[in-house]
Formats: sequence, C-alpha cells, structure tokens
Amino acid sequence: MIRRADCLVLGAGPAGTEAALAAAEAGLDVVLIDEQADAGGQGWRAPLGSLTLPRKGADAEAGDRLRSRLAASGVDRRLGRRVWSVGGAFRLDAVGPDGAEAYEAPRLIAATGAHERVVPFPGWTLPGVIGLAGATVLLKAQAVLPGRRVVVAGAGPLLFAVAAGIVAKGGTVAAIVDMDGRLAWARRLPGLARRLDLLKEGLGWTWSILGARVPFLAGHGVRCATGRSEVEAVIVGPVDADGAPIAGPERRFACDALAVGHGLVPGGEVPKILRAAHLYDRLRGGFIPELDPYGRTTIENLYACGDGTGIRGARPSAAAGRLAGLAAAHDAGRLDAAAFTALAEPTLQVLSEYRPFADTVAGAMALRPAQVAAIDPATVVCRCEDVSRAEIDAAVDAGASDINQMKHFTRCGMGPCQGRMCGDVAAELVAQRRGVTRETVGYWTQRVPLRPVPFDTMIGSFDYADIPIPPPAPL
Amino acid sequence: MSLWRATEGVTRPAEVTFAVDGTDVSAPAGEPLATALAAAGMLGLRDSPRGGTPRGAFCHMGLCQECVVTVDGRIVQACLTPVRAGMQVRLGGTLR
Repeated sequence: MIRRADCLVLGAGPAGTEAALAAAEAGLDVVLIDEQADAGGQGWRAPLGSLTLPRKGADAEAGDRLRSRLAASGVDRRLGRRVWSVGGAFRLDAVGPDGAEAYEAPRLIAATGAHERVVPFPGWTLPGVIGLAGATVLLKAQAVLPGRRVVVAGAGPLLFAVAAGIVAKGGTVAAIVDMDGRLAWARRLPGLARRLDLLKEGLGWTWSILGARVPFLAGHGVRCATGRSEVEAVIVGPVDADGAPIAGPERRFACDALAVGHGLVPGGEVPKILRAAHLYDRLRGGFIPELDPYGRTTIENLYACGDGTGIRGARPSAAAGRLAGLAAAHDAGRLDAAAFTALAEPTLQVLSEYRPFADTVAGAMALRPAQVAAIDPATVVCRCEDVSRAEIDAAVDAGASDINQMKHFTRCGMGPCQGRMCGDVAAELVAQRRGVTRETVGYWTQRVPLRPVPFDTMIGSFDYADIPIPPPAPL
Repeated sequence: MSLWRATEGVTRPAEVTFAVDGTDVSAPAGEPLATALAAAGMLGLRDSPRGGTPRGAFCHMGLCQECVVTVDGRIVQACLTPVRAGMQVRLGGTLR
C-alpha cells in the first residue's frame, strides 16, 4: 500500500513539524515522517513517555507546545518510521512498526537535522566516551547521567548545557574543557546579547556550574582518553585560538565518562541523493543545499529546512520550516501570491532577527582546521572500519584526490554509520593533505539505504505471483 | 563504570528482567537498551571488526551503530530498542 499525499515532510524536529503545520493549514494533505516515537527532533525531544520528571527545561516546554499543535492539526503523523530510501519525484520507503511502507507525493520537504562532529583523539573509541549531543539525550529524555564523574569537553554551547544538566541532576563534573578561551566568549557577547532570552539560558548554565565549583579549563582540548576496556581518565592540554595544541602544562582527570563534541554537521542526505546543488559553508557546519530564502532547493518541488541546511539552532529552524511549508503550499497553488507574502513576511523577519545570535553560536561550533591538522597519525578516524589518519594520508599520497576516491582506497566511511561520524573530518584531512578546498574534495556520494535496515523488512512480504510480468513482445 | 539514573523527583516505570548472554539484568520497562546495559555496568558491547578494540554506545541517537547487539536473534541498535521483559540479548560478534 502506498500512502499518496500532496506533500511529504521527512523529519519531525522543529523545522519539519513547522513545515508540516504550515502546509497543512494552507490545505495540503501532509504526511510527516520521523524515526523517533514523538515529534521534537533532538533538541526539543520528548522525554520517555513512561518517565515523570521534576521540572521541564525551556526546550522540553517548546517541544510540548509544538507537539500539542501538531496533535491538534490535520497532519498525518507517521512517527517511529525508519526511512531508508528516497527517490523519484518523490517516493519514500520506510520500515514501520508493521513492516515495509511507502509514501508518494509531488512535493517533499527534507528536514533531517544535524549530527555531531567529534574530532578524533587517541582513546575516543573507548566505551564511556560519548558525544555531547548523546549526553543531552540521556539527561533530557531519560534523566540519566553519563557517569559518576564526567569530563565534559569540546566546543560550543552544548558543553555548558551538558555540564549544567549533570550538576542539576546531582552528578559530578570532573572538569569542563573548552577549546575556546575566555576571550572568545567575551567577543561573542554582543552577538549573544541579540537574543536576551537565550543568553539568559546560557548564563543560567554558567551560574549552576560556578555554584558547583567545577574546574573550568578555557582554551584547552582533549589530548587523549585512557583506559583498558573503558575510559578511566582524560588528559587535557592548552590549545590556541585555532584549536591547535600548544606547549603548556597538561592535566589528568580521572573519570568514568567523557562527553565530548566539536559542533554539529548538517545531515542533509536527502537533497544530496536527489542531486540538488550544494555549497560548502564552514560556519554553517559543512556542505549545505543551495536554497532560496523560502527553502526551495535547485530541484523542483524539493524543499529543505532546519539544521540539515546549515547549523542555526532550534528556533531559527522552526521559522525556516514554516517558510518551506508556506512555499510548498504556494507552489501547489493553495496560497495565492498575496496570501503567501502576508504569511511569509513576518517569519522572514523572525529569521533575520535570529541571524546574529545563530551566526555567533554556529561560529563556536564550526570546524577548526588546525585541530584536524593536529590529529595524531595513529588515531582512528573512521570508527566503523578502524581507518587511521595515517591510512587516509597514505591514500591521498597514492593519488586519491577526493573524498570518494579516498573511501574506495581505504574503506573510510564505508561502514554501518555510512560516514556520518567521520565524513566531515575525513574530507578536511584530504583537503589539507592535498592543499585544496573542501569544494574540490566534495562529499560522500549518498546512496540508499539511508539507514541500515533488515533485508527481509526492506523487501516486504511478496510472492512470485506478485511480480509484474510484462506481456511478451508480438512476433 | 556505568551510567547512573537520576533519582530526585524522577518516577520510573517498574523494572523488568531480561537476559544478556544468559545473565539476568533489570531495568525500567521501556528504557533504551543501551542505557540499561550501561547502567548495569556493561559499557563495552562489541569489538571493532578490524582492530578488535572495545566499543560501546557513542551517539545515543541511532546514527553511529556502535551499540549494535542481537535481540531475540535480530541485529538492532541498542539505543533505539526499548527494554522488554524476557528479551534475549547477545553482545559481541555483530557487524563483523
């Protein structure tokens, strides 16, 4: 059975959900699909339904408001579906609770969000080392602490959100290790002050961290994580403003968990697989689809919005989502030009108001090329296939000139995560080794399946009698 | 060591028991299996296929595939699999 609709929205985070709501309000038959059991994405994720929590954060409340508006809307919600194929114009194949499913519509809005960048260091594959984004999932959705003594390290606002979350739940933060120096944050204050509500949230985290007397190492990075079968300690040392390690005293923190992350990477597989034009934007996290102000890609009737189109954060993503939903409705003939302009104009305004804040936060989360340049040759870059930096360099020296050739030489990016964990760093390594731009090196060629799925659910249940056999050609 | 469930002000569903390589483990029903295993002190879930180094849940959001285990004979991502009473979990030996 194929569910046909006017518009498909893939990804039920702030962007996708707002897109679906806007398109449905304008009269389109909209199907909203996501892997998670509830809308909200990663940032506005719903706590496990079975859990009662003492108090909700601002993100959980924003998520609740979004989810109740969605529940009251006419959007056909297909949550808990793993979409593994996208093609045509447009068809999605998914694995749902009862097996294979298919969806078709003349319009598709891709809102697949971002994933975390962790720049490799020795010991990063040890059990007990987790991403900062993963730590926020544990803290916010599950009320679980990553460990008894946690080192929180990396760059960007998630550092402080995670550290404050651990403190609030009664855990111990062994140290906060921030690649940025104090000066970097002081320089960002004017940009952050453009959204006083969000700045206040950040200052609240800082306050609770100060109250807990957590050691705070500004301008430091992780040298290595050590341990036999799991992480037991983290050694940190000073880094310069570009993220390169510099001489200076190193410190060792005993811990049973390390939460580490160096920003987010747009996870825009769908526009890539459909061959929309992309450009590289380091501030926005990597390769992003070329979009008009309303989220139209270079492929007709394919729209994209949210962090998958460049890192901006949840609230600007919601505004971008609404614009994409309105554009889809307008292009489908459900909103005339006057109505479209009237509805889109205030949202464009909201988006531009967020821009200085979003750019400032994105700046803290952007890739630091000098940090990548300093990765030790023996360090594993591709976790799935255990490919080291030295092997990537050797492949480039042997003639691999772009990211896909390097993959073919080494198997880097060929494992079950499909290059999501290592892709941004691996491409940067190739670019640096060759002395060329990231555009020259490119991005992984995206192919189905978008996610690993069991083969039997993928093919569904069919008999030989179900295979259509064309009539024989006349003699 | 292990993940740690916050207690203050948090109410969780009743615990259920499931088997991990034949050993009984208890966790609140519906908790993601990756969390339940780590809370029980089982951080290392498999060895990497080439280097043979220990691996455990890394991204906790269904992307990295490091937490892949076998549940009732099927390969699943532990971070996306809710705990159910009586489930049979096998660690190691997957994705090789």
